[in-house]
Amino acid sequence: MSTGINKLKKGWLVLILMTALVIIAAGCSSQSTTAPTGDELSGTFSIIGSNTVTPLTSVWAEEFMKMYPKVNIAVSGPGSGAGIAALINDTTNICQASRTIKQQEIDQAKAKGVEPYEIQVATDALSVVVNPANPVSELTIVQLSAIYNNQITNWKEVGGNDAPIVVLSRDTNSGTHVFFKEHVVQMAGLPTADTSREYGSKVLFLPSTEEGVSETAKNPNAIFYPGLGYVTSEVKPLAIKKTTSSTAVLPSVATALDGTYPIARPLLYYTNGEPTGTIKTFIDYCLSPEGQEKVTEVGYVPLK
Amino acid sequence: MLKQASKATTAMSLKKGLQRRWRLGEKFIESWIFLAGVLTIVVLLGIIALLLKEGLPIFLDTPPWEFFFGTKWYPVSEPPTFGIMPFFVATFWVTLVATAISVPVGVACAAYLAEVAPTKVRETVKPIIEILAGIPSVVMGFIGLMLLSPLVQSAFNLNTGLSGLTAGIMLSLMSLPIIISVSEDELRAVPDDFRQAAYALGATRWETIRHVSIPGALSGVTAAIMLGVGRAIGETMTVLMVAGGALAVPVSPTEPMMPMTAAIASGIGNAVRGGLQYQALFAIGLILFAVTLAVNLIANRVLERQKRKFAR
Repeated sequence: MSTGINKLKKGWLVLILMTALVIIAAGCSSQSTTAPTGDELSGTFSIIGSNTVTPLTSVWAEEFMKMYPKVNIAVSGPGSGAGIAALINDTTNICQASRTIKQQEIDQAKAKGVEPYEIQVATDALSVVVNPANPVSELTIVQLSAIYNNQITNWKEVGGNDAPIVVLSRDTNSGTHVFFKEHVVQMAGLPTADTSREYGSKVLFLPSTEEGVSETAKNPNAIFYPGLGYVTSEVKPLAIKKTTSSTAVLPSVATALDGTYPIARPLLYYTNGEPTGTIKTFIDYCLSPEGQEKVTEVGYVPLK
Repeated sequence: MLKQASKATTAMSLKKGLQRRWRLGEKFIESWIFLAGVLTIVVLLGIIALLLKEGLPIFLDTPPWEFFFGTKWYPVSEPPTFGIMPFFVATFWVTLVATAISVPVGVACAAYLAEVAPTKVRETVKPIIEILAGIPSVVMGFIGLMLLSPLVQSAFNLNTGLSGLTAGIMLSLMSLPIIISVSEDELRAVPDDFRQAAYALGATRWETIRHVSIPGALSGVTAAIMLGVGRAIGETMTVLMVAGGALAVPVSPTEPMMPMTAAIASGIGNAVRGGLQYQALFAIGLILFAVTLAVNLIANRVLERQKRKFAR
């Protein structure tokens, strides 16, 4: 009996030894792959925020990680508001935003010891798109405001078919939602400006820009406002008139650069204080000529 | 002989040592299991405490009456307004559609599997139905967005296929497996004697199902339905993707709408910790928790009663 137990014990011992060996071996091999080989940049940081800026940031992050393989960048795009909240709660290193930070948010940040530092990385022409089958090709800001306020509910009121307008918007997480509300629904900068105006209750709030574009591509009566980078051949961008007397301008890199397109906006990065180290190198890359070349490729407007 | 005796004593002491160790191990495992049990209760209480702590302060800003019956939800405006009536009604419609579809289909399917289908069919079909329960909700959302919403739009001649109806249909597909699986178990738990007796009295198969099996398993089937409904109320990703997300109080299920779960999911990322919107969203979470908890408790109660009914 006792020999049986001994045998059993030996068996265990061998098993334990073997496991230990395997673990040590695994440890060694993983160690050798992570051993530092040069004085390159390394580190991990996250960029959270605007769904609009995400395609651009993703391209920059990929290129940057190709140049510096030791750097790891996590990019996500729940919306500018979410990004700014993450910056205030100190759960992100960089916040990407498609609207400027509000005074109220700056106060909240300062209360938590965070100093938002703003860097403009590109410009966007906020496009208004409809289904290609829709005969309407231009709208004024006042008409857009009325559509998004549900005062105009039929396309025939703006020169289209006799069909109800399906009004699509982003949800409140989105910087585009807030920018569009201030500059189009509330008509900021126009004589008719009205800061108490809100989106109408029949407006559909969608969780992502992609969903809005795909719904517009399927639905002949839909209208939506994606960033220029999201405009595909399946949807038709509308020419926008600032007032009824001004000329209608289509969104494009050129019209955003020369300032004739009325709803252009800055795309921004926010950091806690002035960026340093790896993050500074990354932002310097974004602002460099090579980085700004990518802006055009993704479909946004470079800074210069 | 002396040698033998000493051998015997060593064996004895070894056995005793083993027993002691065994008892120690037993104690250890016992206390470990006890801790695991306590942990779930602690977590549950913690969740309730957190929901109360973060959610209740909203009523200092918005009185409960306005919060529950207000129809305007503008969390990022100045000043913000929080009225959750649109979300509540949306959850009601979506759940109603889901229940209206999944209950008749689910119970009929369970009756077929339990009473009619040959063993071979049952043993192949039931696992397949249970796989349906494992499809991730975001995939269901995708299917709803790409496949179902254009169909619903053209079938009901709607302005947009993103509506409570579409979401309800997708949710019914998600609660079907629960309803079928649990109801089938409960139907099969009805003792066979009952059926044999019914047949002996000259009842047809349909009459047996209609008047013996289903009434016999009624409380179990009810519990299955409640579990399915609970699933439909709490589902988030699918409704966020296909329900449309309009803020008007929906008067019919064919309108775009935003159920409570979608409202929380689409707003929480934007909410600053401790801010008014954050508190309002937690308060919605509290209501949602209370509703699903009530549904699940009722389901459990009913299931217990069913089990006792046929306990021998």
